[in-house]
Amino acid sequence: MVNWTAEEKQAISTIWAKIDIEEVGAGALSRLLVVYPWTQRYFSNFGNLSSPQAIEGNPRVRNHGKKVLTSFGEAVKNLDNVKATFDKLSELHSDKLHVDPQNFRLLGDNLIIVLAATMGKDFTPEAQAAWQKLVGVVASALSRKYH
Amino acid sequence: MALSAADKCNVREFWEKLGENTKVYGTEALVRTFLCFPETKTYFPHFDLSRGSRQVQAHGKKVADALTLAVSHLDDLPASLSSLSELHAHRLKVDPINFKLLSHCLLVTLARHHPGNLNPEVHASLDKFLSYVASVLTSKYR
Repeated sequence: MVNWTAEEKQAISTIWAKIDIEEVGAGALSRLLVVYPWTQRYFSNFGNLSSPQAIEGNPRVRNHGKKVLTSFGEAVKNLDNVKATFDKLSELHSDKLHVDPQNFRLLGDNLIIVLAATMGKDFTPEAQAAWQKLVGVVASALSRKYH
Repeated sequence: MALSAADKCNVREFWEKLGENTKVYGTEALVRTFLCFPETKTYFPHFDLSRGSRQVQAHGKKVADALTLAVSHLDDLPASLSSLSELHAHRLKVDPINFKLLSHCLLVTLARHHPGNLNPEVHASLDKFLSYVASVLTSKYR
């Protein structure tokens, strides 16, 4: 089980409450696809990903970004049991989607950059530390059922 | 992952807008790195790492100035960073993973202060630039 301090839980929930899940989710996913173009390998059926503008304007990217971040919200709501929360999703990513877990770390770091851009001064070093811990825990939970 | 002409343009334009703030951002990047990735503190047992430390501020300025130098020599980075490469290889011996951690925290710092200018394309160019600097700094390790 992960040990969270009261301050870490506070930093996570305060920021989560302030963000627009669709905007931040879409922003994080499209940024991932632009900054690390090899991640596009998992989205060959998403239509036009031929340029940063095409990616940012692509409605499937947007919807998927929202879906991913909504799912991430399950971790935020279940900080004391993230592993169990993502059991099924871990199996899915391993057995059906065949996603290299390194991508979870790339997306997590990208999400943090988007949060910094969105929250500005509220994204203090302490807030970042709490979120780095969270994205690490999520990445680990999603990798756990790989075999 | 070599820097294209567009990457160099993005990096120069973005860095120029930072002006004198680079030193403050260098320091903030270090503070974030030490807090988020405590293992990085193992390279600074001789430093006061408390908030507001003068040593951390001086080191942040050093890092920022080196990056500014790198930005002005994008066409000959290995040559311009040669003495820093030697220093990291023969004296400092910082494990290469740590450059990634510092680069990430620098990007977080830049996103926090300049969200409007750090669009995905510029972010990609800066990420490539920082990776390139890191590979030059570790190029003489073995």
